[in-house]
Amino acid sequence: MKYVLLLMAALCPAAHAAGPDGKAVYEHWCAPCHAPGPGHPGTQSLQFKYQGKLSPVLLERTDLAPQVVSVFVRQGVLLMAPFRKTEITDADLAALSAYVTTHFKAP
Amino acid sequence: MALPPNVSPTDFEAALAAWRQAVGAEWVFTSDADIALYRDAYSPYWGEPEERVASAAVAPQTLEQVQAVVRAANQHGVPLYPISTGRNLAYGGSAPVYSGSVVLDLKRMNRVLEVNERNAYALVEPGVSYFDLYDHITKANLDVWIDPPDPGWGSVIGNALDGGAGWTASPFRDHFGSHCGMEVVLANGEVVRTGMGALPNSKSWQHNRWGFGPWVDGLFRQSNFGVVTKMGFYLMPRPEALMSATASSARDEDIVPMLDVLNLLENQHVVNGSTALFGGAAGPGPQSSAWTVTVPIYGPEEVVRAQMRYAKAKFTAIPGVNFLEGELFRTPLSPQALARVRLVNFGIPNLSTFAMLGRSPTNPQPAGGHIDFSPIVPRTGESVLEFKRFYNENLSKVSGGENLGILGPVYMTCWDRTLVCLIMFPIGRDQVRNAKIRAAFEGWVHLAAERGWAEYRAPAVFQDLVADTYSYNNHSLRRLRETIKDAVDPKGILSAGRYGVWPRHLRKV
Repeated sequence: MKYVLLLMAALCPAAHAAGPDGKAVYEHWCAPCHAPGPGHPGTQSLQFKYQGKLSPVLLERTDLAPQVVSVFVRQGVLLMAPFRKTEITDADLAALSAYVTTHFKAP
Repeated sequence: MALPPNVSPTDFEAALAAWRQAVGAEWVFTSDADIALYRDAYSPYWGEPEERVASAAVAPQTLEQVQAVVRAANQHGVPLYPISTGRNLAYGGSAPVYSGSVVLDLKRMNRVLEVNERNAYALVEPGVSYFDLYDHITKANLDVWIDPPDPGWGSVIGNALDGGAGWTASPFRDHFGSHCGMEVVLANGEVVRTGMGALPNSKSWQHNRWGFGPWVDGLFRQSNFGVVTKMGFYLMPRPEALMSATASSARDEDIVPMLDVLNLLENQHVVNGSTALFGGAAGPGPQSSAWTVTVPIYGPEEVVRAQMRYAKAKFTAIPGVNFLEGELFRTPLSPQALARVRLVNFGIPNLSTFAMLGRSPTNPQPAGGHIDFSPIVPRTGESVLEFKRFYNENLSKVSGGENLGILGPVYMTCWDRTLVCLIMFPIGRDQVRNAKIRAAFEGWVHLAAERGWAEYRAPAVFQDLVADTYSYNNHSLRRLRETIKDAVDPKGILSAGRYGVWPRHLRKV
């Protein structure tokens, strides 16, 4: 059920206009580490991890599933500690996952 | 569901029911998955029985809800561990010191209550991060700066209460020292306002920190005597310019006169920026004995240039010292300037510091987290040389002859008269390696204490160890703190063990 909701969120972002704004969640919680360019440790880390095979910039990725976003947000990786539900609520996370996984389709 | 230690299921259920009533069921967390989010991602005991973990979490949004939560905990004897934003990484993160405590998560209390531009102060709640306060000030177009620490996602209040430091001008870098006024919930649920805030309808809570009578704010720093729910902070009116210079020498012994000059300039408030000391590294080569001091000055351009001339005259009076003036940056910074400065020196919070220990060509397989040993040493060249020898002589011994990836020492000059000699330890998920790191950490604590040096702050699992080194007169300072603890929190429900202060029923005899 959870995944169905996440999928719906991914497919119909407009239907969730009244809920959390995935772009705002991304910009507050993710961009400080994952935005393009120097000074962003998440981007730096992924650059050395992927060595050009994939983009190190999250919003340039076209292969991420919402569940992948959820796993990294709630479990963390290396220096990135997990985010609690008082920081990113489940509703925020659904909106964030939808934004990150559909952003590339935006004109 | 996990139970807090020494709490009956009946009492815990009663407390949980009271909390759900007070804050709403969705903000009381008891599932394993939700509690796991409160684990310390950088725990040196990750996955071992000694790891400090929560039994539940409760997240109030208002002062009244905090009071209700604390009252219920006090009534039912449930240990609480308040956190602000929970990003005290390398010092325990969002996990309690006393395993099984319920985390009192204050992140939802995220209001910036006031930013006063004319008198340059702010009043905030614990969930406000440096990013939040910066965004608030930027959106309101106010001409004041905050003083961010390295990572900008931490709590302004939490960082001050843990003794954190920032990177702008000297009156603001000691975050506890630049606070003015507190609101605190005591273990019985009562609310106290400190300083001028104790005056009903006070007009000057954030204008004067002392008020009338004994000043108690220090009791709530690195402490467990209350839950801080509001705190005022002084802000810096935007300085017109920042100019930096470097003074360097190739001779090891020159660190003595160089630090004397630096101390003079800082204590005269001629140099007011966040200075830094580089060099003396343990590595090979002739550069390893060279020292460089950075000398940043904030202020109006003509004043900065005059102060810089004075600083240059003082440093170049030392034979062999080379003084190099850097670029003068006018504020607000242009986009071009923004790209080449260290943002925290301009009051702009960010997370770039994490790149230092992240994956990189020099660190292709990072351990993950880290912890730091950070003793306070007098700000003299002789102390630096002694610490350097101390580090080089003992590194192999405390590491059991292995290369554990320990980095150091980094000499921090964030506070005047003080050097913080930082040694960094990688922490990951490898339990065998973590055990070796723990042994090395403990070794440094004991060896430093023999020299009369001790930490200003420590990871949660080492707070007892470090507190034990402050043992003058048979631990009289600890005994005084315990007397206060028993008086203000007789049931010992708040942050048991934090910074080595335990309530009576949990003390080792």
